[in-house]
Amino acid sequence: MAEVFTLSHVSKTYKNDGKEFEALKDISLDIKEGEIFGVIGMSGAGKSTLVRTLNRLEEVSAGSVSFYGQDLAALKPAEIRKVRRQIAMIFQSFNLVGQRSVISNVMQPLRIAGVPHGKRKEKALGMLRVVGLEEKKNEFPSRLSGGQRQRVAIARALAADPRVLLCDEATSALDPKITGEILELLKEINRKTKLTIIIITHEMSVVERICDRVAIIDNGNLAEVGEVNEIFRNPKSEAARKLVFPSNPFDPTSSDSRLIRIVFDGLAASKPFIAELVEKTGRKVNILSANTKSVGGIGYGQMVLELPENKEDQEIIVNFFREGGLSIQEISTVTETSAGDHKRLNNDSEKGETQ
Amino acid sequence: MSEYIIDAIKTGVVETLEMTAFSSILAYIVGLPLGILLYATAKGRVLANRPVNFLLGLVVNVSRSLPFLILLVLIIPFTRLVTGTSIGTTASIVPLTVGAIPIVARMVESSLSEVSPGIIEAAASMGASPIYIIIHFVLPEATPSLFLGAAINVATILGYSAMAGVIGGGGLGALALQYGYYRYQEDVLWTTVTILILMVMFIQAGGNLISKKSRK
Repeated sequence: MAEVFTLSHVSKTYKNDGKEFEALKDISLDIKEGEIFGVIGMSGAGKSTLVRTLNRLEEVSAGSVSFYGQDLAALKPAEIRKVRRQIAMIFQSFNLVGQRSVISNVMQPLRIAGVPHGKRKEKALGMLRVVGLEEKKNEFPSRLSGGQRQRVAIARALAADPRVLLCDEATSALDPKITGEILELLKEINRKTKLTIIIITHEMSVVERICDRVAIIDNGNLAEVGEVNEIFRNPKSEAARKLVFPSNPFDPTSSDSRLIRIVFDGLAASKPFIAELVEKTGRKVNILSANTKSVGGIGYGQMVLELPENKEDQEIIVNFFREGGLSIQEISTVTETSAGDHKRLNNDSEKGETQ
Repeated sequence: MSEYIIDAIKTGVVETLEMTAFSSILAYIVGLPLGILLYATAKGRVLANRPVNFLLGLVVNVSRSLPFLILLVLIIPFTRLVTGTSIGTTASIVPLTVGAIPIVARMVESSLSEVSPGIIEAAASMGASPIYIIIHFVLPEATPSLFLGAAINVATILGYSAMAGVIGGGGLGALALQYGYYRYQEDVLWTTVTILILMVMFIQAGGNLISKKSRK
């Protein structure tokens, strides 16, 4: 598959009152044609800046961004405007022109692209049909609900047949049900037209639901990038763990006990692991949290288990799960406030050494 | 009141309306583009240009801080050059327009500044040029606010037109000054003042209505 965007060593530094702020630090990644690519991070992590370097609404301070092999920084103003017509964008606050009717909003990019008036209207109506709002064509945005406004924004973004759609926190202002509908719509468009979609979000549920691959941005750094399934099963970076692990507070009953997270996919989910553990090894675990979710269309279950205090028992239990083909991560029990001297445990250091 | 005075008041109303209307139109012809430029060249805007913005801002601020009565006198040579005379209704239109231009420009700038930066970003992301963004995104979005501003501006110009009476301009202001003030005819004074108040109220109400109607 062709690369739509190639970012190499992208950095962005803002200067404010003589103080420098590094929003992006040496980020390199590729985005491939036809995929739904997520960019996730806490607010202020730099993800919005990152997405704006893709259509040069933000200039990079160092490194380069290329779109189908073309270095964006090298383009003249008129040339970048042409490229931007191929890179549509939708926003958290929709950004429709309130003083214009729905159809007139959707026609706008076609007008910019120089499409003749008759065709503009036809195309815009077609787009409104795709998002299911044809009958609202003469309404004004103020009369529409948030979900409807975002649908209009999607119709507007896609009217001029772009090659990429950037979604900047597009569902963050919407309730969970409407968020689901909008994501479904985006997924359907991706499936039908092979449109490359880049989704910026702070919600792991959005990524799990529709993204193929994800980049995790943490404090301006690219913490991790890869297949969503793989990152969900086996998060390597601290930032990824924070996003993937269940957010309930863990309260181990004793400071010597050990917390692990096990993940099993749809196939293994039919096996009663915990029951078998007790039956075969005679060791018991305490279930602190358990849930199932659909990640990229595959059902996954995850559990947070508290292991007994005895080190030997712990080894036996971990080995039992490992042999069963489950992915296992240690969960640090140190509270987040002392992130500096975090007790970092991972898959490979079974013995629970601290770093 | 004598019939003569009533006739004079009638003429005064017409002259005031004439002065206000023409000056407003002329002031907007110059002030609207000037306001757009002030807006567009400011820091972070689509045509950000510091020297141009500074220069325009300076001219606008200086001319706006000049008391209108002083401006009226100062530009008499210019008025004479344009209209051939420095007294009468037509002559008053010149200082009124010149005085109103910076006020209009600032009002337009402030209306445009209310447009959400998100809309401008959306327009830029579509590949729209700066001029296109202003014409097709900023101006339509600011329309209700521009109408509200216009109502305030026209009412201000009406008030200024009364001052033009001091240096021989026509209209209700001159009437109020000559009969009401210099000749102590209080009935004339109060009649003209009442008419002026009604006119301002009418203009403001009209502007509010148009603004409300245009807000979608």
